[in-house]
Amino acid sequence: MKTLRILLWAAVLIASGLFGLFGYQLTQPRDEFVQSALVGQEIPPFDLPAATASRPGLTSADLADGSPKLLNVFASWCVPCAAEAPQLEALEREGAQIVAVAIRDRTEDVDRFLELYGNPFTRIGRDDISEVQLAIGSSGVPETFVIAGDGTITYQHIGDIRPEHVPELLEELRKAGA
Amino acid sequence: MIAEIGLAALWLSAALAVLQLLGGFAGARAADGVAPLSALVRPAATLQAFLCSIAFLSLVYLFAVTDLSVRLVAINSHSMKPMIFKLSGTWGNHEGSMLLWVTVMAMAGGLIALIERRLAERTMMATLAAQAFVALGFYAFLILSSNPFERLTEVPAEGNGLNPLLQDIGLAFHPPTLYIGYVGLSVAFSFAVGALLTRAVTPEFARVMRPWVLAAWIFLTIGITAGSYWAYYELGWGGWWFWDPVENASLMPWLAATALLHSASVLAARDALRTWTIMLGVIAFSMSMVGTFLVRSGILTSVHAFAVDPERGSFILGLLILYIGGALVIFALRANTIAEGERFSLVSREGALVVNNIALSAILGIVLLGTLYPLLTEAFDVRVSVGPPYFNPVGAIFFLPMVLVLMVGPLLRWRRDEFSRIIKPVALAGTIVLAVLVGVALLNDIGILSVLGLALAAGLAIASWAPLFKRALLRTPLAVWGMCLAHFGVAVALFGMAADSAFQKERLVAASVGDVVEVGPWTGRLDSVNALAGQNWTAMQANMMISYDGGPEREARPQSRNFWTPQMETSEVALLTRWNGQLYVAVGNQAEDGRWQLRLWWKPFVTFIWYGGLLIALGGALALVGRVIGDLRRRRYATDVDDHDELPLEPEVQPAS
Repeated sequence: MKTLRILLWAAVLIASGLFGLFGYQLTQPRDEFVQSALVGQEIPPFDLPAATASRPGLTSADLADGSPKLLNVFASWCVPCAAEAPQLEALEREGAQIVAVAIRDRTEDVDRFLELYGNPFTRIGRDDISEVQLAIGSSGVPETFVIAGDGTITYQHIGDIRPEHVPELLEELRKAGA
Repeated sequence: MIAEIGLAALWLSAALAVLQLLGGFAGARAADGVAPLSALVRPAATLQAFLCSIAFLSLVYLFAVTDLSVRLVAINSHSMKPMIFKLSGTWGNHEGSMLLWVTVMAMAGGLIALIERRLAERTMMATLAAQAFVALGFYAFLILSSNPFERLTEVPAEGNGLNPLLQDIGLAFHPPTLYIGYVGLSVAFSFAVGALLTRAVTPEFARVMRPWVLAAWIFLTIGITAGSYWAYYELGWGGWWFWDPVENASLMPWLAATALLHSASVLAARDALRTWTIMLGVIAFSMSMVGTFLVRSGILTSVHAFAVDPERGSFILGLLILYIGGALVIFALRANTIAEGERFSLVSREGALVVNNIALSAILGIVLLGTLYPLLTEAFDVRVSVGPPYFNPVGAIFFLPMVLVLMVGPLLRWRRDEFSRIIKPVALAGTIVLAVLVGVALLNDIGILSVLGLALAAGLAIASWAPLFKRALLRTPLAVWGMCLAHFGVAVALFGMAADSAFQKERLVAASVGDVVEVGPWTGRLDSVNALAGQNWTAMQANMMISYDGGPEREARPQSRNFWTPQMETSEVALLTRWNGQLYVAVGNQAEDGRWQLRLWWKPFVTFIWYGGLLIALGGALALVGRVIGDLRRRRYATDVDDHDELPLEPEVQPAS
């Protein structure tokens, strides 16, 4: 009988532990973001054709030319991508070099998008089957990566860039050697 | 107006639950169970069931007429939805499903109050008080934080629609079935608490509780089986169990209820396993509530996206702490007052049932740990996901030995037995297991778990009927037939699982119109792809002609559907069923070059999984009918002799001697 009581109090203890865990997890902010496992690693090799006539395509070699860059993963069909356009332009005015990958897109749609929301990009690669997107560990659009001059991914920003993120990204670019 | 009637009925039910709690508590404190107010307890419980049904039917009506002034309807329904999905939309959302929850709970409470007279009145009062106490928490939850009848000040022109994955005939029945199971276990919980409070853990208590557990368990079994089939054909991934948190949430109460069912049999027949049965009674309903919490609070990510709301999560957590914590503390305080039950030797029916209980509890622990593990590591900032590589082998460690004991256990006598007495049937089953084991193992490339599964399924399929050998079949109680059938169902389901994982063939191809695809013995030709429009969707449909082993051609028309309210893409798979399995065809998107993604699986004997599930439920139903008829007979006898104390001993399931 004594062991039974000990076991029962142990059950009470375990249940309390569970409740504590549940309570703790309830108060934690739920972030649904999946961070890329490739942050800190070199960008995988790729070669994308141009997504629009006005800019050249993008290869992994372009990202390892010595100067750090922002790599923006976007699509003309994505609403948050339009919302972050002013912030990208602001980044460009601050001297950031920005290249882009257009995901599952058509040339005429990309052209219209750039015309409407501005074109801060020096190069835009066309990724019709999300191969580069998957290879660099991006799970959605928009996402923005900081790539150091040697082609190493140093930072990943998931979701649209809000005005308050601009200084953060400039700081990350500076850390990456700009 | 209808919404206001529903809300009023809900408030009245809550008020009656307060009355039931107070009266029941007063009755439980009196030695004979009679106190002022206690006479009102049973009417209060019955009336509550009636009022809750009115509240629920009001909501069904609001959904049926798509009354968009009600917030819940506007958010979850749409005037263009087919009628059946308007109705099922009632419980396809958080508020509506919680209303269904309290309605089922009130009906269960009302039914016990109405018909259950066998227990001492004091224990009954304590049980009904416990039932009211649990119900009150859920009334409060519903009324204070998830009012289904809330009106909108501005009536929208159109509703939002229902998640297309849920617009399926399976959903019309799946959640209500599971809910009856989950909530039915609240009755076991209340009986356990009632017995604890009045220190009346007796065989009579187990006999009274057993039909309720059995009924809840039958519904859980059907609900899980149907849910598994729904996930199989609606998600389009070709699997039948994904160890998703929501699936686990339904499996855990089932495991606990299965254990409870068996331990209650021991308590009813032999007055042993007293504390253990109480413990399982508490755990079974606790698992229902933990499952509900995990799903509704959104702390685990799952394919079953319910609206996530931290306030709701906190509320359910509060209820969990109150009920589970409360019951466990009462239990710990009272444990020393429950006398130890009868003893038995290891080789006995009780011994086998204890093994069954240990195995089921271990599997329950494994599933619980696997489900909660990501939550635990996340607290330390490590993200993991736990899937089949953990659940399948670790669960099998306990499941497969349990199947072994399952072959032998029903043949053993209560209290004490000798293996030598049952050596013949055991040897027969053992020979079958070994023969299949060797036979299948000669086919090389099959996983060890599948081989063991096939062998044990074959052995159990025969052994499950052994309790009927040498018995007068017509005089055998229905409960024994039910047990044999349910155990046979386990064998059938296990065979389906093992065969599917051992022999499944899969092809993923990009096909143009006119292309021929082969998978296993099937040959299919893609004839055309055309667009289709339904009431609230459009689809691309692939038209294929498929033949089995050169036989006659059959049509298969998988669709990739686009719903527009709300926007979502779903896969409608085509299933070609034969007695020996199913061909599963899903169509995906069109590639740049105009070819279509086709995914074909040949799944030998996969249907046996669900046949097995249904057989298990059917076995349960037979046993339930047998028990209820037996109870009625004894009740008539008891009133005839007018002597309640000397009831004839219940003829418990006894093995052939």
